[in-house]
Amino acid sequence: MEFLRPATWDEALAAKAEYPTALPIAGGTDVMVEMNFDVHRPSAILDLNRITELTQWSNDGGVVRLGASVPYARIIDELSGPLPGLALAAHTVGSPQIRNRGGVGGNLGAASPAGDSHPALLAAGRDVFVEAASVRGTRLIPIDDFYVGVKRNSLAADELIRAVHIPVADGPQQFSKIGTRNAMVIAVCAFGFALHPKDGTVGTGIGSAAPTPRRAVEAEEYLRGVLAERGLWESGDLLGTEVIQRFGELVKAAASPIDDVRGTADYRRHALAVMARRTLTWTWNDYSKQIRSAA
Amino acid sequence: MSARTIQGQKNLQNINQASKDGIGGSPLRPDGNLKVKGEFAYSSDMWHEDMLWGTALRSPHPRATILSVDISEALKVPGVYAVLTHQDIPGSKYYGLEIQDQPALAIDKVRYHGEAIALVAADHPETARRAVKKIKVEYEVLTPIVTEEQCLDPGTYGYVHEPHEYKSHAYGNICHEQRLVSGLGVTDEVRALADVIVSGDYEVGMQDQAFLGPESGLAVPAEDGGIDLYVATQWLHVDREQMAPVLDLPEEKVRLTLAGVGGAFGGREDISMQIHACLLAQHTGKPVKIVYARDESFYGHVHRHPARMHYEHGATRDGKLVFADCRIVLDGGAYASASPAVVGNAASLGHGPYVIPNVKMHAIALYSNNPSCGAMRGFGAVQAAFGYESQMDKLAAELGLDPVELRQLNTMSEGDYMPTGQQIDSPAPVADLLRRAKEMPLPPPLDTAHLDVRQLPGALSNTSHGEGIVRGVGYSVGIKNVGFSEGFDDYSTARVRLEVIGGEPVAMVHTAMAEVGQGGVTVHAQIARTELGVEQVTIHPANTEVGSAGSTSASRQTYMTGGAVKLAAEAVKRALIEKGRRRYGWTHDDITLAGGKVVSARSGALVSMVDLLGDEAIDLTREHHHRPTVPFDKETGQGFGHVQYTFCANRAVVDVDVELGLVKVVELTAVQDVGKALNPLSVVGQIQGGCTQALGLAVMEEIIVRDGKVRNASFTDYLIPTILDTPPIPVEILELPDPHAPYGLRGVGEAPTVSATPSIVAAIRNATGLALNRIPVRPEHLTTELPG
Amino acid sequence: MRVTFTANGKPVEADDVWEGESLLYVLRERVGLPGSKNACEQGECGSCTVYLDGVPVCSCLVAAGQVQDREVRTVEGLTDENGELGLVQQAFVDAGAVQCGFCTPGLLVQTDALLDQDAQPSDNDIREALSGNLCRCTGYEKIMDAVRLASARKCAGKGASE
Repeated sequence: MEFLRPATWDEALAAKAEYPTALPIAGGTDVMVEMNFDVHRPSAILDLNRITELTQWSNDGGVVRLGASVPYARIIDELSGPLPGLALAAHTVGSPQIRNRGGVGGNLGAASPAGDSHPALLAAGRDVFVEAASVRGTRLIPIDDFYVGVKRNSLAADELIRAVHIPVADGPQQFSKIGTRNAMVIAVCAFGFALHPKDGTVGTGIGSAAPTPRRAVEAEEYLRGVLAERGLWESGDLLGTEVIQRFGELVKAAASPIDDVRGTADYRRHALAVMARRTLTWTWNDYSKQIRSAA
Repeated sequence: MSARTIQGQKNLQNINQASKDGIGGSPLRPDGNLKVKGEFAYSSDMWHEDMLWGTALRSPHPRATILSVDISEALKVPGVYAVLTHQDIPGSKYYGLEIQDQPALAIDKVRYHGEAIALVAADHPETARRAVKKIKVEYEVLTPIVTEEQCLDPGTYGYVHEPHEYKSHAYGNICHEQRLVSGLGVTDEVRALADVIVSGDYEVGMQDQAFLGPESGLAVPAEDGGIDLYVATQWLHVDREQMAPVLDLPEEKVRLTLAGVGGAFGGREDISMQIHACLLAQHTGKPVKIVYARDESFYGHVHRHPARMHYEHGATRDGKLVFADCRIVLDGGAYASASPAVVGNAASLGHGPYVIPNVKMHAIALYSNNPSCGAMRGFGAVQAAFGYESQMDKLAAELGLDPVELRQLNTMSEGDYMPTGQQIDSPAPVADLLRRAKEMPLPPPLDTAHLDVRQLPGALSNTSHGEGIVRGVGYSVGIKNVGFSEGFDDYSTARVRLEVIGGEPVAMVHTAMAEVGQGGVTVHAQIARTELGVEQVTIHPANTEVGSAGSTSASRQTYMTGGAVKLAAEAVKRALIEKGRRRYGWTHDDITLAGGKVVSARSGALVSMVDLLGDEAIDLTREHHHRPTVPFDKETGQGFGHVQYTFCANRAVVDVDVELGLVKVVELTAVQDVGKALNPLSVVGQIQGGCTQALGLAVMEEIIVRDGKVRNASFTDYLIPTILDTPPIPVEILELPDPHAPYGLRGVGEAPTVSATPSIVAAIRNATGLALNRIPVRPEHLTTELPG
Repeated sequence: MRVTFTANGKPVEADDVWEGESLLYVLRERVGLPGSKNACEQGECGSCTVYLDGVPVCSCLVAAGQVQDREVRTVEGLTDENGELGLVQQAFVDAGAVQCGFCTPGLLVQTDALLDQDAQPSDNDIREALSGNLCRCTGYEKIMDAVRLASARKCAGKGASE
């Protein structure tokens, strides 16, 4: 096994081109578990810690470009305003120590359906892009095209994740996760939700309840329709139990979970419906308040 | 080679501490400073300059015939020094706590998922892991025997141990069984005496001790052909007793020293890596260290027996119990371990601290191809308490009585008889414990105006902002025995030495007691101070140079080894006073030791210990035996089987998100009679820790086994409570002395683990109205189960 | 490979480090700092918590090669130069927060970091900050007491020195 320590991004890309099976490591919170438990023995480990630009973010007012290795702790502290859904999700990741090391790049690289960032990224809208780069060049992968299978993503062997581009929130966002204890737990299932009043859409993200993170497309469409038809974006009026209930049912229907040691498929569906109803209620209440205080 | 070269050995030397605190005080731990500085050498910290790393190949199958084992490729890996199978074992191939039924390395078959088959010693843990992967084992995989039905029908499903393989009286796939009948037993006539009858089937999942310090140790071959083992264990001498025959060494050549122990809770009662490290050290002539990774730890030690229980209770209309009928089936897994004792406890304590005129009980432990189960804090009593306390709540509901009142109508007191016929001959304030638990102030209701998600079910997972939350309150009480039972003489030995060092009298206490965190070393020093009137006390490292201290289990160490320290210190005191009488011709009848002096109550100080002792040391060893017990009659369960009983009552307050099935325990109150709190700070710490393990069993902890395979051998999926899951635990201590025990003390560690789980489940039932007949209660139980 | 870094203010180097080794292994087995503990090696228990460039992390999840030229501070580094216990260490002993002690080194580093950021944390803040440190012995109550005690002493000390 080799241990590669590129000092710059270009060196990192060159290394990844030379060793396409090298395993990138940044926070190490996934990779080292596999090393310690003999799950994985890559030909080389590619350490990205020396590349400081990966731990930086920028905000042009419309989009946050989040470096792949910005630790969750900093997302919580520094980006709760522009990225509230992701910040809430970040707060549910592992423990404080894990949040000091792990970042969204690792979550995307591992592409586990249980990764906590994914539902928040999906909910943030269709204009979320993973910035992937190789010696061949850079491309922006739409988040909806990124997850391709259980722990599989659409990166090429020579590509590394450099950053994620996430639109600045234009409405309330929420994130809920089920765990069988009250801290430090892998998601039994999770749900991210965002209101996008600017373009009149809503975003959803389901975690740990399908082979990949996925959005609840029909639920999004249903709610988008209701909000538009009833002029609710403008009025901020109550959604009504029926709408909330229906939304929950559609989220539930979008999942295809399994039974495993962490929970049953039936429970996951049930909990998703509850979380969908609650997060919709919270975000809509916040939105209504904004509308009313603006009026 | 000697221990001299072992790094980080500070706790392998004497630890000295000066304090004025005798018994009843709460001096600081003598090992506390080393522990907070990171200088306390745990077994996994042992290090020797030319040591090798050992590891084991473990079976991926719960039941299989081993057709062949080919180690040739593994031996070729550079850096590998030895690859061993059962054929390399010099002596006996079997060991076991009570029944020697477990091979040190699998012989021709494997009986559980994770059973060790071969060992590797190499220059680096990674080299050893690589070599293990090159050992080729051919298996004929067999259908595992895993359910009660399969175990009880060996004709169809086969034997875990073939009849010719049995090492004891065991037969079929039943490892041990115990029946009990008292009063008239339970017959149709007896049933007719009850106005109401409630029954239930209850299930307890497989809990793990989940101590944080992994199984580990360092075996160093000695020049005399013997071996020195530095290890974390609960009982040095019983390890040695099992190791020596396998290593083909006389016991005196197997020398054990206790390294730092990172928790135990029963999980270190059995042998884990001890024999393996010694075999590799013998074979290579080099020191060998073995440290289990967390997954291997789950495979490498026994767990709490999962249980299926059927209970039936009858009572009069006014709430007096008439009868109890019970069957408890414990899955002991592949090897016996402590199963017989677990069965004995379940059978004899399985009716709780209640007076029940007519009782029938049948408790069995099965052999199966599931992971082996044995000792864990409160064994036998923990499982049963979930059954009988669930029944008490059910009965109270049926009768329309308050659950605490119903219990108080039936609780036992001093002078009452256990269903075993043993009279309770010391205080048993069970009703009072319940009353006190109930009278403690309740925590304030959820403040919905100032919600902090961290206080809610789900906490930072942000699942509720107050929606769906319902509060519940539940009560329970439990009974546990202290010390080893059923005729076993689990004596303890202590050596106390008094001498002058640096111009001050210093007492040294030397025992083989395993300090696993409970604070026995603190208490030993306190006892020495109280008995000898000195401030300076030195704790000698625990090892096999002194006689056995028995096991650090069964809530027994303060009682037993503390008692031995008291006896030895009293003997030293008598010898010192006698020395003074001979030298000075004292005739006083009121002489004692205090403040470093020999003192007469009426005449004052007679002489300083420094002057009296001079260069001489008084060094005496004493054994402490508890009062004898007898085995329970196999059919009737009658007999004076237990040394002492201990009781704890709890009140749990929970908030349940009834829509999502998530639970937050808001408060867990404990009230316990400890006879005499030798160290109140430690006593409270024990009770709070015991309650928290009970909380884990109530709502999250379970080793999930499917078709004999362990599915969650990691801390990612075997969850133990975090600080955000654990509530404030107010503790009230009663001190009603037991006249049969040293200082009147009562063992502390297990009672809260027995009693607290049912109180939490009762509180969840109170919030949800669900039946909840299985623990741990999982979210899906709360969202799909039917009302109780 | 060779790895050189600063541990508790002193330069250290380790040779023949296997590329898959963790910082925890290097600390415990190669540079004589076994204070950080190996309870789970998957970041679930916090027993191996150390400061890496001033930030508390699980050393079992840091690859040894990643600490090249960086600064590590372990539980051994919480003691002052005379070997006297640091404020948090003393509070844990005094409050009875140590039983088996295996979780203690990680808790000490994490508590030290918490009180550095906020000398007077609320109970909820303490619980959140320590939620990645498992303890199996104490039921956490005495640990809460220890952190409160350390906080009180720290604030009193600050008040006295200001």
